[in-house]
Amino acid sequence: MDRIGFLTGRAARAIVILLGVIVLNFVLLRLAPGDPASVLAGDQGAADAAFVEELRHDLGLDRSIPEQLWVYARSLAQLDFGQSYREQRPVVDIVAERLPATLLLTLTAFGFALAAGIALGSTAARHAGSLLDTILTGISVMFFAMPLFWIGLMAILFFSVWLDWLPSYGMATVGAGHSGLSHVADIALHLLLPALTLGLFYMAIYMRVTRASVLDVLDRDFVSTARAKGLKPGLIWRRHVLRNALLPIITFASLQAGHLIGGSILIETVFAWPGIGRLAFDALMQRDYNLLLAIFFITSAIVVAINLVADILYVAADPRIKLGA
Amino acid sequence: MSRFLRSLALSVVLSLSAWSSALAQEAGGTLNLIVQPEPPTLNVGVNRLGPTTYVGNKIYEGLLTYSADLKPVPRLAESWTVSDDGLVYTFNLRRNVKWHDGQAFTAKDVVFSFEKFLPALQARSRLNLAEVKEIAAPDDHTVVFTLKAPFPAFIFVHNTAVLPAHLYEGVTDFRNAEANTKFVGTGPFKFAEWNKGSFIHLVKNPDYWGDGKPYLDDIFFHVIPDANSRAIAFETGQVDVLRAGDVENFDIRRLAELDGVELTEAGWEVLQPVGYIHLNNRHKPLDDVRVRQAIAHAIDRQFIIDTIFAGFGHETNGPLSRLSRFKDTAAETKYEYDPAKANALLDEAGLKPDANGVRFAVKLVPLPYGELWQRQAEYTREALAAVGIKVELVAADVPGWFKRLTSFDYDLGQNFVYTTADPAVGISYAYTTVEGDNAGTTGGNVNGYSNPEVDRLLVEAGHENDAEKRKALYSQAQKIISAEVPLIWTHDIVFPTLYRGKVRNLITTGFGTDENFADVWLAK
Repeated sequence: MDRIGFLTGRAARAIVILLGVIVLNFVLLRLAPGDPASVLAGDQGAADAAFVEELRHDLGLDRSIPEQLWVYARSLAQLDFGQSYREQRPVVDIVAERLPATLLLTLTAFGFALAAGIALGSTAARHAGSLLDTILTGISVMFFAMPLFWIGLMAILFFSVWLDWLPSYGMATVGAGHSGLSHVADIALHLLLPALTLGLFYMAIYMRVTRASVLDVLDRDFVSTARAKGLKPGLIWRRHVLRNALLPIITFASLQAGHLIGGSILIETVFAWPGIGRLAFDALMQRDYNLLLAIFFITSAIVVAINLVADILYVAADPRIKLGA
Repeated sequence: MSRFLRSLALSVVLSLSAWSSALAQEAGGTLNLIVQPEPPTLNVGVNRLGPTTYVGNKIYEGLLTYSADLKPVPRLAESWTVSDDGLVYTFNLRRNVKWHDGQAFTAKDVVFSFEKFLPALQARSRLNLAEVKEIAAPDDHTVVFTLKAPFPAFIFVHNTAVLPAHLYEGVTDFRNAEANTKFVGTGPFKFAEWNKGSFIHLVKNPDYWGDGKPYLDDIFFHVIPDANSRAIAFETGQVDVLRAGDVENFDIRRLAELDGVELTEAGWEVLQPVGYIHLNNRHKPLDDVRVRQAIAHAIDRQFIIDTIFAGFGHETNGPLSRLSRFKDTAAETKYEYDPAKANALLDEAGLKPDANGVRFAVKLVPLPYGELWQRQAEYTREALAAVGIKVELVAADVPGWFKRLTSFDYDLGQNFVYTTADPAVGISYAYTTVEGDNAGTTGGNVNGYSNPEVDRLLVEAGHENDAEKRKALYSQAQKIISAEVPLIWTHDIVFPTLYRGKVRNLITTGFGTDENFADVWLAK
């Protein structure tokens, strides 16, 4: 199969998946008890039944679920994700405001986790059985086992409260009025703790996968052959060991992409990071259907895209894999 | 008597300190506050949620506000009169008030707000304005409300924000109007910036009608979603005030010990919050008054106050808060913690324990507002198990909780309610018979309690113009309601506020931190 055919096939599959995500979430959300009219009426403190029914009618919630889905699908076909009933603004605008913060956080955490995980995991594998291996494996187990929010809170306590080195919350210093480079530096300082906290957990996972994968590859015949041929250890390591060991890591990392976005909800809450994780949580609490569906759609699209990239990387990492196979 | 003397002494001290601080106010500085959860809008005409009013009340103003002893205080109205028959309320408006966009504030704005905008969007306003026959503006600076019948609570509905009529010309769909997001008010602070998910920035309104006010240059509201992170932000001095709900009560005791930190319980005189465990009077066996009384005796409410709410709260045995002018403790039935009495009442109701010691089983929907309410639910389960009532806790988030309670789809349900400055607007709905299966909101009669005599008393008291007669009617209502215990009043809630000592005049009225902050200043 040629490259274009392969990509078209994958893209078509991705669209079907995304449509499935929309329909499933649409129905699930409406099955949850309580709706936007409940939330709006709840805000009032005092209201009568007529007021609640009026709201339900205004929001189109008095129609059947298939009817509501049809209305939603029709506007979606015109790329209209609708309005947030809470903020009275198009949901696309709301998501667009918050997405960059989440991307910055998750990509930084992801990059750190991948780099540190592979470096430490392969170091542990090279020194398998040594004290260094035991220490590194211990660190990995520790970060894997500790809940994210706990690591976050302890990091705040240590670096922000006791040492006073790093800010404890937010994406920038409120009211500082930084601009240009000092603004970038301010954001970088704020990013450090949340990105490391989120990254440490995933680093622990990648470390373990890398260590196991490298050990597995080191045992393979082609490595023994390379050694027997008298190739330099550095070359064997780069060309034969790491390249083959990377495959399971790519698989794992792409599967973890969804988890990373999920994990960012916790981190965004603890560190008051203004991303879509926290936005999704608030939208759920307020049954802001359109906003939630847009967030689900966009995060699903990102996960699907990452998996598509993983498929392509696979081919690059291992020429034996055939397109479309 | 001693309580009276204490509160008298306190108010003397407070007024003296207010007087002395009035001499020394310093202008300038930035106040850092927390708003949580992040409000959906700052327009208090659109939304009356706690976070919205906290921020929005600095931007928008009503005709009046209310002092801690519940006297009306001038805001956009500089004076007012109420006719002897209680039917005509005349407000004389300030003449030197400008909207934040420079337009003059006039009677037209008031008429527009009360006649069109508020009834379209706010259920509570709609209920209150149902009492009004006519709203008129004889000139640009006078507004006259004529009521259908005397309704003394009417003086207490004028903290409601007035909105700029000129921004809504030609608009019919007020809920989705673009002007709703402009945040143009008359208040001491103007909207400057909202960095969603991070902060809201308000700046001083240099054209404010109050001479020399406000004192602060600007206010930042920080958005910090996690309670622990909020506590740290306060501890590290990044924010100056923590309000009720910002941190849990057990943390408040700890933080209050910090150097330079002050704690006050004042500022809830208007809202008067009371904690509830609703009982679904439509479900058996909760329809039996003896069963409800048994539950009241089975729960140690002092334990709830002391242990769960860290000592913040007061016992109450009836529908009104201790802060209410109509509270009549003599008329109330006192429900002491007495499991033996609870057991006897349940026996009398014919609910004998089975082989496992269970008399009957109920489902409790906890209030999804944080840790303390969950703990209270767990305590309730244990306390009721001790008298043979098996309680199952049902997990629900806010919309789910709301849905269950308002549609009578529950047995026991937690809640807390603002009983407010006047029972006619605060608690009448909570005890008046509801027809059908929809109680409207959780502030309504979700208990499904129905007593024609109580219905009559509440309507009569709400429309009685004679203060003494009114008080007597409310006493009669409290006597019946307290004896029939349609719900459990767990505690008269105290919501403490923590603040740095440099923040002065933080609480000056019965609205506490929901006030407009024109008087707040920072000591250097």
